[in-house]
Amino acid sequence: MMEPGLYHMLFIGAALFFIGIYGFLTRRNLITILMSFELILNSVCLNFIAFNRYVWTDKMDGLFFTVFIIAIAAAEAAVAIAIIIHLYRSHGSIDVNSAENLKH
Amino acid sequence: MEDIMDLIYAMRAELMVTAILFLLLILKLGRDMAHDRLLSIVQLLLLVSAAVSFLPETDGRYFGGMFLTGGLAGFQKGVLATAVWLISLLFSDWLKKSAHMTEFLVLMLSSLVGMYFMISAGHLLMFYLSLELATIPVAAIAAFDLGRRSSSEGAMKLILSSGLSSGVPLFGISLMYGATGTLEFSVLSQRLDGSGLQITAFVFLLSAFAFKLSVVPYHLWTADVYEGSPLPVTAYLSVVSKGAVAFVFTSLMYRIFAPLQHIWYDMVVVLSVATMVVGNLFALRQDVLKRFLAFSSIAQMGFILVAVSGQSVASVASVTFFITVYMFSNLAAFGVAAVLEGKGWQRIPDLKGLSKSNPILAWTMALGLFSLAGIPPAAGFFGKLFLIGAGAEKGNWVFITIAGLNMIVSLFYYLKVVRAMFMDAPGETAGPAYVPASVRFGLIVCAAGIILTGVLPWVYRDISSLIP
Repeated sequence: MMEPGLYHMLFIGAALFFIGIYGFLTRRNLITILMSFELILNSVCLNFIAFNRYVWTDKMDGLFFTVFIIAIAAAEAAVAIAIIIHLYRSHGSIDVNSAENLKH
Repeated sequence: MEDIMDLIYAMRAELMVTAILFLLLILKLGRDMAHDRLLSIVQLLLLVSAAVSFLPETDGRYFGGMFLTGGLAGFQKGVLATAVWLISLLFSDWLKKSAHMTEFLVLMLSSLVGMYFMISAGHLLMFYLSLELATIPVAAIAAFDLGRRSSSEGAMKLILSSGLSSGVPLFGISLMYGATGTLEFSVLSQRLDGSGLQITAFVFLLSAFAFKLSVVPYHLWTADVYEGSPLPVTAYLSVVSKGAVAFVFTSLMYRIFAPLQHIWYDMVVVLSVATMVVGNLFALRQDVLKRFLAFSSIAQMGFILVAVSGQSVASVASVTFFITVYMFSNLAAFGVAAVLEGKGWQRIPDLKGLSKSNPILAWTMALGLFSLAGIPPAAGFFGKLFLIGAGAEKGNWVFITIAGLNMIVSLFYYLKVVRAMFMDAPGETAGPAYVPASVRFGLIVCAAGIILTGVLPWVYRDISSLIP
């Protein structure tokens, strides 16, 4: 049985990141877009922890950074959801296609 | 004891704005104060905080290298504080009428604190935290026109694009940590050797800055957000927010990412040319004043990238000088736009014959636009001259010629507005607009700033002497 190593972790991190980007760009529902955004942040957390565990074992920077990312993600999600609720009140939908007053 | 006094002096700009924030929050707890009085107190305090930021300062490292200070950082914070003070003057009418003025000011000032910390950041963690502190409150105030559908749409676009633009650099930061094992800027710059992982990480970071500066092809959110947001937020986004990111971007590229210069030079040149060309071409066909100013600010960012590509002391100095000038000129245009919006004029054809009905407003607007376009008596000419001069040090003449040609193209659309104001006959709805005293004072300060920063030779010299 092979032990999971740095490359496995980085692969999962990169895969999560690009799944997040893909979802962010293709989904039409705002809540799903927000979920994709959380995926991006979690992939970064995974990367930091993997680097801390396998490469820079004597440092703590990566772990601290992860804690801060989780806190900031919560703050950002709170503001985003407040804005989405307001958008729902004014437009009656949380589909991005309904918000198209502003275009070139 | 002396250490504490040192620290307080070094962090005076941040502490000052934080004090205003707490004052506002405490006043909000008590019974409601008249908006008039509260706003004048805040304006006075902001003026003091701007003046205090300009005091001379020596280089310093605090909190284990997390917080760096220096003469340049002090000057840049002073410029941002002046811009916020001018915004509080120019939009005082809108602020007083708004039902939630205190909350608006609290959010705007907390974002300003974020920008201060971003300028002083000495560590990527600090940089990330302050970037978020600077962007999240702005998304909240973009939704402040609660009755307008487009305001919530603009806020939604802003929060999503700023979310993506903070997720992407984070991925870059994590790779940078893996490649170098450090997040501290001073150590990071020594460990950059151009390995593949470092370049990947750098590209992710660069794209985040491009998002924030709305550089083409990352500019798509700009015009929609600018049009949807209330006018003070648009002014804040285009002057303070962009100015702060431009300051940080320029000094990071100059100091920290200098070892990768041979790699990023071409990237910056391509981004710069695309930004100038696309920004100009789209600005040509805009009819709504806010969208027009949005695309003109995109084109201006392209010129900033010209200076960044030079990567020298002159590029940092010229970007700082240019943002100072740009602040005065853009705020003059936005201040006039705010007065006109009060009369329901939001489109460029509405400005017809403004020189007849409101000569003072028309002249202020014209001065701001001349400065943005770079016509000699106004300071914008010197700003552009120094930017392009800093870029020319590399001797890439094709690039510099394209930048020069773009300046000429931009004259067309700036002068289109001036023509509407001065040459065309007034429409039926034309009539003198009411200009409150504080707005008039703000416009006078902007106009004086545009003239003086161009005429006084020591402004630019002093800025360059601040750079270590």
